[in-house]
Amino acid sequence: MTTTTKTTAPAPTGGTLPLPPGIARLLAFGGAAGTLLSTFLSWTYTKEFPGNLTVYGYPGGLQLLTLTGALLTLAFLLSGQGLRGLRWLTPGGPNSAVRLLALGTLGVTGYTVGAIIKNLGGLINVDPGGYIAVTMALICAVGALGLPSDVPQDADHPPANPWEQLVHSLKAPAPGRLKDHPGWVEILIISTAFALGLYLFTFGIDTDYPELFVGFMVLVAFLFPALGRAGLTGQLGQLTAKHRNVTVTAAFVAAFVFPFTQSNDAYATIGTNILIFATVALGLNVVVGLAGLLDLGYVAFLGVGAYTAALVSGAPTSSIGVTFPFWAAVLTGAVASLIFGVLIGAPTLRLRGDYLAIVTLGFGEIFRIGVQNLDGTSGPDVTNGPNGIPNIPEVEILGFNLGEEHTILGFELGRFSNYFLLMLVCTIIVVTIFRRADQSRIGRAWVAIREDETAARAMGINAFRLKLLAFALGATLAGVAGTVQAHVQYTVTPEQYQFVEAVPPNSAFLLAAVILGGMGTVSGPLIGAALLYLIPAKLQFVQEYQLLLFGLALVLLMRFRPEGLIADRRKQLEFHDTGQLDVPKEDTGLNDKVGV
Amino acid sequence: MTPMASDTIPAKGTEAAADVLDARGVTMRFGGLTAVRDVDLTVAQGEIVGLIGPNGAGKTTLFNCMTGLYTPTEGTVSYKGTVLPNRSHEVTKAGIARTFQNIRLFANMTVLENVLVGRHTRTREGLWSALLRGPGFKRAEATSEARAMELLEFTGLAAKRDHLARNLPYGEQRKLEIARALASQPGLLLLDEPTAGMNPQETRATRELVFAVRDQGISVLVIEHDMRFIFGLCDRVAVLVQGEKLVEGTPDVVQSDDRVVAAYLGTPFEGVPEDEAVDEVAAAENAAAENAAAKTARSGSTTETNKEGDA
Repeated sequence: MTTTTKTTAPAPTGGTLPLPPGIARLLAFGGAAGTLLSTFLSWTYTKEFPGNLTVYGYPGGLQLLTLTGALLTLAFLLSGQGLRGLRWLTPGGPNSAVRLLALGTLGVTGYTVGAIIKNLGGLINVDPGGYIAVTMALICAVGALGLPSDVPQDADHPPANPWEQLVHSLKAPAPGRLKDHPGWVEILIISTAFALGLYLFTFGIDTDYPELFVGFMVLVAFLFPALGRAGLTGQLGQLTAKHRNVTVTAAFVAAFVFPFTQSNDAYATIGTNILIFATVALGLNVVVGLAGLLDLGYVAFLGVGAYTAALVSGAPTSSIGVTFPFWAAVLTGAVASLIFGVLIGAPTLRLRGDYLAIVTLGFGEIFRIGVQNLDGTSGPDVTNGPNGIPNIPEVEILGFNLGEEHTILGFELGRFSNYFLLMLVCTIIVVTIFRRADQSRIGRAWVAIREDETAARAMGINAFRLKLLAFALGATLAGVAGTVQAHVQYTVTPEQYQFVEAVPPNSAFLLAAVILGGMGTVSGPLIGAALLYLIPAKLQFVQEYQLLLFGLALVLLMRFRPEGLIADRRKQLEFHDTGQLDVPKEDTGLNDKVGV
Repeated sequence: MTPMASDTIPAKGTEAAADVLDARGVTMRFGGLTAVRDVDLTVAQGEIVGLIGPNGAGKTTLFNCMTGLYTPTEGTVSYKGTVLPNRSHEVTKAGIARTFQNIRLFANMTVLENVLVGRHTRTREGLWSALLRGPGFKRAEATSEARAMELLEFTGLAAKRDHLARNLPYGEQRKLEIARALASQPGLLLLDEPTAGMNPQETRATRELVFAVRDQGISVLVIEHDMRFIFGLCDRVAVLVQGEKLVEGTPDVVQSDDRVVAAYLGTPFEGVPEDEAVDEVAAAENAAAENAAAKTARSGSTTETNKEGDA
């Protein structure tokens, strides 16, 4: 902290609120501590509000979230004060992180009290403890807003209005290089980070009433930017870039552990469906993110895979009546999707941009309607028409029936946990394929085609062939995911595979997941898919206005973070002039040549 | 220069062997408009040939015919004796690389990645190789990167390998485009207005770069509007006017040809201006030229000496 204040401009740059730094700090401290203590009070009279907030000395439910927020605020405040042992928390900007956390805590607390008032009908239902909590959180936020900003203000362009002032005060300097630790410490840090991530994810999935989920989302929405401002994500990024393989392994170990943390198979269902959705989104990312082909009918490939698996896996109503082992069903599904992808791609990929999008949209619908009509009356009896193919048998691998409950190491793994693990293997394969294809001659050619097709051709790239390759690869990956999906859901019907539908995955949501998460990245579609699945699954009211809210979310995203939640290096540079690479240095080579 | 150079020696004539590029009777019509009419053009091994002409003369159309972007309506273009295929990626594979009039870099790829894309035709690691990551893949990637870095050193961009192409200053973007074209190991490099929008210093640097490319045995065909640049650079210059080749010859021949002057400035019309008026204009032009010369006095003089030395 001391070092940062020394380097700032001579004029102290105030926060959003004109408070003397000392008082602001005092308010923030007092407020945070007060909020912390208030969670031990009773916030409401009755136990009707879920989570039981009536007990003194024992915070529960939403109070825990407020407690966490207040604790983190305190920790970052102390770290900003240079408290020994906590300084590692804020290598970037301490004050902007505190500001965000204080606002997040205020958000959660305010939401909780608001929810109590709304749910139970009236102000009367809030205990004094609740009012104290809100007041304290408010004081803390006011103090935090009064803290000096981490980045000195541009003297020539002072912020014109309070909003700009606030935006400026939330900026933070990039963290410095992390000093080298022994390898095992760094690996331990990465593992801890992923363990925390897993904990957050399972907490989100396991929230058993919507209020808790909303509170959780509010806190997380402030927590992650705060960690970013504090420089922790930046330094973690340095570490993960250094230990690439460790990171990938840690991520998959974290995912692998997930079903073991679930006592309730209903929540494992959510996990499995998220994985299916995310894997298909990642396949779409090859087509959209790398090769730049806007495909609006992608879910058809998932459908081809699922239908193929349903037909060859020995479902009683299957028109083929063969029973392949699972691995053979996966291969058949993948090959069928591949053929379908090439068949659709060959004529359509001669088009570019919007035209391609419309044609793929059409082909996606053709698949659904075609499947609907192959019912024996409108066409040959293959797919059983709108009734679909029900009763698809469970997958059995080496005598291990995935439909039954198994006890492994004392953990009970239900049906969906089993399928989660199976799907995880799928996801690992898809992630590996994506990463390897991306970082190769083929991946570069895809990106080149996306950037400028004419120039790419002039560089000797056979654009049509490579686009077809991307399309076929994307289709195959979706087909693989489809074969698992058919087994997970017992039934395949044409209605599952349309452009927009209530439940993801469907073409529109897949595309939304890729764009929301970040095009061209691995983690982007995974996170995008998790959010898009989890939010409507947890919140009834979101389901009703799903499309409206997603539209709104996408508009806001395009306005404020066009590169998506996770930006790949390229997009980051594309949308935000970092200044770091822009400065044209005086080119020495040129001057040398003139002298000759 | 290129690997394919040796195995396809033409059987046609002895003369064709020396010519890297041989365009014969190229005509390009767009509906009723004839953009290029019956143009013959040759580029010999290690030669720098200039292509000039007023705006709309059909220079870029001719370029596009030579690079497979257009298929000529009539006539053929052959490279080292073989008639060019009509797909631009196959033309590049055959050994002709080009740059574009309006820079067409892969703006959101890094400088190094841009050059690596240029290596596409000279490597053949497919998807399977990329997925399996065998030793062959790693070797090919390492070779490609080494070769790309060589080219970046050659063009003076090595220090900026990890910058996005879009963030480079204008002159360096032009250089990068040349580096990217060279990465495909061409026998002939087509430059479409390589100095457009450049300041005199950058123009000189480009000239040095083109000479250096020629010294590697690569023939160069340049479209340019900067006459000083083109006459100082080229061994031979062809003038294209309204789709037809007007003159072809050494810079001196072309410079002194009245028809070229007429094509650029127009023929004197009926009422030829009085001598006084002509003198007045000449005086004004001289004054302006002197002014300009005074401004870039030092740079101007080096250009002159360079031109002498290179010619």
